[in-house]
Amino acid sequence: MYQYSDFDSHFVTNRAEEFRAQVARRIDGSLTEDEFKPFRLMNGLYLQLHAYMLRVAIPYGTLNAAQMRQLAMIAERWDKGYGHFTTRQNIQFNWPKLQDVPDMLDALAEVGMHAIQTSGNTVRNVTADHFAGAAADEIADPRPIAELLRQWSTDHPEFQALPRKFKIAVTGSETDRAVTKAHDIGLRMVRNAAGEAGFEVIVGGGLGRTPMIGQVIRPFLPVAELLPYVEAIVSVYNLLGRRDNKYKARIKITVHEHGIARIRELVEARFEALKSRFTGASQQILGQIEAMFAPPHFKQASTAPFDAARQADPLFRSWSDTNLSPHKAEGYAIASISLKKHGATPGDATSAQMRVMADLAEHYGHNELRISHEQNVILPHVHLSDLPEVYAALRAADLATANIGLASDIIACPGMDYCALATARSIPVAQEIAERFAALQLEHDIGALKIKISGCINACGHHHVGHIGILGLDRAGVENYQITLGGDGSETASIGERAGPGFAADAIVPAIERLVLGYLALRQDASETFLQAYHRLGAAPFKAALYPERSA
Amino acid sequence: MPRAFTPKVITANALLSGDAVWLTPEGRWSTELSHAELLTDEAQATTKLTAAEARASEVVGVYLADARATANGPAPVHFREAFRARGPSNYPHGKQAEAS
Repeated sequence: MYQYSDFDSHFVTNRAEEFRAQVARRIDGSLTEDEFKPFRLMNGLYLQLHAYMLRVAIPYGTLNAAQMRQLAMIAERWDKGYGHFTTRQNIQFNWPKLQDVPDMLDALAEVGMHAIQTSGNTVRNVTADHFAGAAADEIADPRPIAELLRQWSTDHPEFQALPRKFKIAVTGSETDRAVTKAHDIGLRMVRNAAGEAGFEVIVGGGLGRTPMIGQVIRPFLPVAELLPYVEAIVSVYNLLGRRDNKYKARIKITVHEHGIARIRELVEARFEALKSRFTGASQQILGQIEAMFAPPHFKQASTAPFDAARQADPLFRSWSDTNLSPHKAEGYAIASISLKKHGATPGDATSAQMRVMADLAEHYGHNELRISHEQNVILPHVHLSDLPEVYAALRAADLATANIGLASDIIACPGMDYCALATARSIPVAQEIAERFAALQLEHDIGALKIKISGCINACGHHHVGHIGILGLDRAGVENYQITLGGDGSETASIGERAGPGFAADAIVPAIERLVLGYLALRQDASETFLQAYHRLGAAPFKAALYPERSA
Repeated sequence: MPRAFTPKVITANALLSGDAVWLTPEGRWSTELSHAELLTDEAQATTKLTAAEARASEVVGVYLADARATANGPAPVHFREAFRARGPSNYPHGKQAEAS
């Protein structure tokens, strides 16, 4: 894992100190709110419905045990004993007091963390495949590149006042677990004909008010050219992006309005001009970063305890069937810890749970944890022989729900329970859907299904790329939920289609139940997923299940 | 045709805690919507809003929210204001916890 240099430590400590002075000046009246607001946003501090909210970056979703324990401490000392993991691999604290935030930033700085550029019109936290460095299907670990981008973008003088926020996602595998096609820039590692690794560069993706699937601007970019090329893209956008209309300011609109061919021309020209300025220092730094991300020393051991536990314990068997993914090292697995216990708030973990996960990472997981954009926590490197103990500890901490990738593994934004931008609630809808599927005991039979819920059109809950997407709106002063079907956030990304009229709050869960039961009746056999059945049959039979009164 | 004025309360978030607060008839910021002053006159509401906005050392984001009169004081009209007055629905945190 990346270790902060003296420069990094200095930088985050100084920033916390600077913010402490800004908070003091706001409280003593020397700064107005208009003057203070840009400062607090630069440091990840929002004002929400009931309180301030501090958004802390978890770069490329990677944490060590000490960092997770510090998050637990912060949650306990300055919040209400829990944190909310988000679709951008951040953690949000929902209840800080203004005067405590500088102390929280100091506490983060102690473990090499910060809240810089988690808001504002800057390059935001760079996200990555949560299985990075562990996945069996990976070409190379994308995190050194993500860390290089973090260093390059942090306080980048040219990019502190972009037309709008800018999100970059990286995956080191051709399988896209980082939703790269819904980012301003998506970087997907691929191999060229000569077998060399490089990046497919995707630009102009995004969800929100105007969802767009990103387009390939460069099918193959050598790794060594990445930084000047990304700088060229952001630089072209910085000049060309619209500043007259906030809703048309993201790069997806710039690409849409000018066309990918024109944007490519401009970016390639800018890239040619910039290239020579990148004299190799960034490659040297990349080399140093790569060394810090060297794979851990994987042990050799018998996997007999794993096989025995599977034989003996049906609950362990079910959990290991659902929550494990293939690891590149023999005898190892990637273990996903579900933060989606049926009826719980998606993405929330208590301080006690954070400490359990930190302990497990330290004892059994080479001191690594990941946060996924699907709001779960991952132990990326666990030897199979250790999994029975890991599972027992997770069970004791109420963290052993066996539902990864299933109907109750729902993404939900905070919605109107917390967020000042929301138009309806998301969390209670997620809770009720999960409880409903738990009661039906059908979700293992239903199989792979991604339900994603956003409480407003900004789409933090990624509803456009949910197999079933739910969007909460305010319709004449009442919460109303619109359903989209057939969205996909993977390498075959597509935007879901709106199914029809929305549903009232008390009708949305029964509607989802009808839809999913409808799928069970429509599928060819248990191996045909919801999304496959949708592609084979089209929307009509699914709409008929949703709106029985219309087809009757 | 301009829309008829509907009764309003003055609300904001407290500067230090960020908590939702309402302006009372005594000019105090209360964490209870029911303590708020219900303004039925548009000119008066506008004047009081301007005065409240000047209290920048106490509150942030002052605005007028629709409210209706009840026997127990003003109550929310829109569900957003109802959530602000109560707290989140997933945990007994915020005002609902303080009330109990």
